[in-house]
Amino acid sequence: MRRLMLGNQAVARGCYEAGVKVATAYPGTPSTEITEFISQYSEIYCEWAPNEKVALEVAIGAAIYGKRAICSMKHVGLNVAADPLFTVSYTGVNGGLLIAVADDPGMHSSQNEQDTRNIAKAAKVPVLEPADSQECVDFVKKGFEISEKYDTPVILRLTTRVSHSQSVVEEDSRVEIDYGYKKDIQKYVMMPAMARKRHEIVEKRLNDLKEFAEKTELNRIEEGESNLAFITAGIAYQYVKEAYPDAWVLKLGMVYPLPERLVKDFCSKFEKVYIVEELDPFLEENIKAMGIRNAVGKEIFKMTGEYSPTFIKSAIEKTQVEPPYKLNEELAPRLPVLCPGCPHRGIFYVLSKIKDIIITGDIGCYTLGALSPFNAMDTCICMGASVGMAHGISKASDKKAKVVAVIGDSTFVHSGITGLIDAVYNKSDMLLLILDNSTTGMTGHQDHPATGYTIRGEETFKLDLVSLCKTIGCSVVEEINPYNINENIKKISTLIDKPGVKVLIVKAPCRLHRRYKYVLSKRYIDKNKCKNCKLCLSLGCPAISLKEVPTIDQNLCLACGMCESICRFGAISSVKE
Amino acid sequence: MKENLNILIVGVGGQGNILLSKILGEVFLNVGYDVKISEVHGMAQRGGSVVTYVKAGTKVFSPLIDKAEADYIIAFEKLEALRWIEYLKKEGILIYSDYEIPPMSVITGVYKYPDVDKIVKKLGVKFYKVDIPSLLTKVGSPRVQNTIMLGVFSRLIGIEESYFRKAIENNVKPEFVEINLKAFAIGRNVDLGEVKI
Repeated sequence: MRRLMLGNQAVARGCYEAGVKVATAYPGTPSTEITEFISQYSEIYCEWAPNEKVALEVAIGAAIYGKRAICSMKHVGLNVAADPLFTVSYTGVNGGLLIAVADDPGMHSSQNEQDTRNIAKAAKVPVLEPADSQECVDFVKKGFEISEKYDTPVILRLTTRVSHSQSVVEEDSRVEIDYGYKKDIQKYVMMPAMARKRHEIVEKRLNDLKEFAEKTELNRIEEGESNLAFITAGIAYQYVKEAYPDAWVLKLGMVYPLPERLVKDFCSKFEKVYIVEELDPFLEENIKAMGIRNAVGKEIFKMTGEYSPTFIKSAIEKTQVEPPYKLNEELAPRLPVLCPGCPHRGIFYVLSKIKDIIITGDIGCYTLGALSPFNAMDTCICMGASVGMAHGISKASDKKAKVVAVIGDSTFVHSGITGLIDAVYNKSDMLLLILDNSTTGMTGHQDHPATGYTIRGEETFKLDLVSLCKTIGCSVVEEINPYNINENIKKISTLIDKPGVKVLIVKAPCRLHRRYKYVLSKRYIDKNKCKNCKLCLSLGCPAISLKEVPTIDQNLCLACGMCESICRFGAISSVKE
Repeated sequence: MKENLNILIVGVGGQGNILLSKILGEVFLNVGYDVKISEVHGMAQRGGSVVTYVKAGTKVFSPLIDKAEADYIIAFEKLEALRWIEYLKKEGILIYSDYEIPPMSVITGVYKYPDVDKIVKKLGVKFYKVDIPSLLTKVGSPRVQNTIMLGVFSRLIGIEESYFRKAIENNVKPEFVEINLKAFAIGRNVDLGEVKI
């Protein structure tokens, strides 16, 4: 059947058809839906892991046992998983192991724009790069075949525009795969003596893969009618085809290792060959290193952000498209904001009112606390970093700085726990706020070990963050309610000055999560009592806007009541005027 | 339908932008076209500006629509209609909802919400304006703006109504199918008059 499928959905479909047995991931845009769609296939065991390193280790176990396994993540997740990656490259697999990594050119929802192909090359792992949803299905299957034939993990590199585009897919049926388990300590126990031998095998494998790259149909030449010639892969291929339908194209489905003879042969036919790839000059550097002199790449194409057909055309022809309708004025920007009713709003309002504190932040919805109107966050580096950085600041300031770290529940489990253990062990003075909304909010409500539910919504043991923090040795561990604004200002101000590592678990579920029901009691502003002081506007709630006086949009209000608690004139209540 | 059709759907996170693009995509697929849809997730879900691209034709390569390439822009929010106006072709048509959601930069008083109607007229864009607030009252649900707009749009491209109704049934949760079909019908029957400039 022909169906429209999201690239990520097509990866999941490919896994189903390829007989995958185990799928594991930590959610991260733009990779999240791969695992969510896999969870709809009962034939595949599927889970959210606490982080990408654990996820990859789970998948490696399944593969060595003889089944096909996939582990999915976003580009920055591969940094977390890099440790097992570099060594599973040595051990090889048994059943196929595919690591789907989604890069985010343009940084639609990421903290950097790194290019996964560089890590793959460093780890000596082959990389396939699909260009649409049908190729997502096909390349998953091909990836498992390569993985098993060459005894290697395979990286499936996606980018946002492949992961989050829908195109047509033809569905097929599932095959079952089982290679059985065989104990082999020379292959799977990487002590120096064994690892040295394995490194030789890895180098030979790369050479074999180079030969494979020469003849696989993953790499193909599309003949053209003009003198223009391109080497390209992934989504950039689509941009090239749209911009220049008549050009010659060497379309690479396998971007590492490269087919040297094929590339040289192709380049020898043309005066000039354009290499079109988003982000780093990965193909370009590898191709130029073959001694090819007529390749043109980053001299004219940018290193940052996404490409488009127009961009490629204008870089080659040095022309600019003039839009027929142009605005003369600057429009009001619409940055993302915390949702109406969001519990994080309460805590950032409180933090914005406390003077002279340094707030280290982390990755999640609550990163929006850095923006106006709160401006209540000083740093944001990567998952889990807020805890370690707060400890570092405390030490660097000889414990003088008042440091508050904020981290979400999911992110805390991902990689905040080890930082907290370090802070306690090394006698830090800091306050950690675990903003526990009982879900992974930013990526769309995925469960994790502290929610008490699995990916399929089954109940499971619930990690108790209070007991955990006590066990780690934090001097104060308490739960607070983010909606009690006035109380929390006092509590946090006092607690900051106490010595030791203190933890407040700021607990209130995400207001948009289906699992948690609220008794709705929407708020209204009484125009007669309102003095137009605009204090309620400083909450940054999308439901409150300024008409003549502040007004609450009843379609948006989620009845959290925070505006009522900060209004000094008693003008806000749940009673309609 | 002519060779290739490029449709930009713009709005604010949470307005049903992605669902509408899925429905439209399925309509074109079932009519027999190649289809590509591109969407942006993540930060945009938190009330940010959201855009989806729907492209249909005999063969579609890039899922993106560039500046000056859209045949239609369907806008769920007035300010967002303006934000993406450079993407419209010279002969393209803007269909925009008369619905205002002030962004935080306006709420906090740093920017002004622009006079969208005035600017649209001044630019000389071909447009239809849909009085969404009053139509939503007619449907009796605040959450079906996307299917009302689909109803409006369905009149402009010469594809049989049944394709749209089928695609709504396939993509909307069963409990909301009825209200969405009602919204679609109301949108389809709005008297738009001639296209305005």
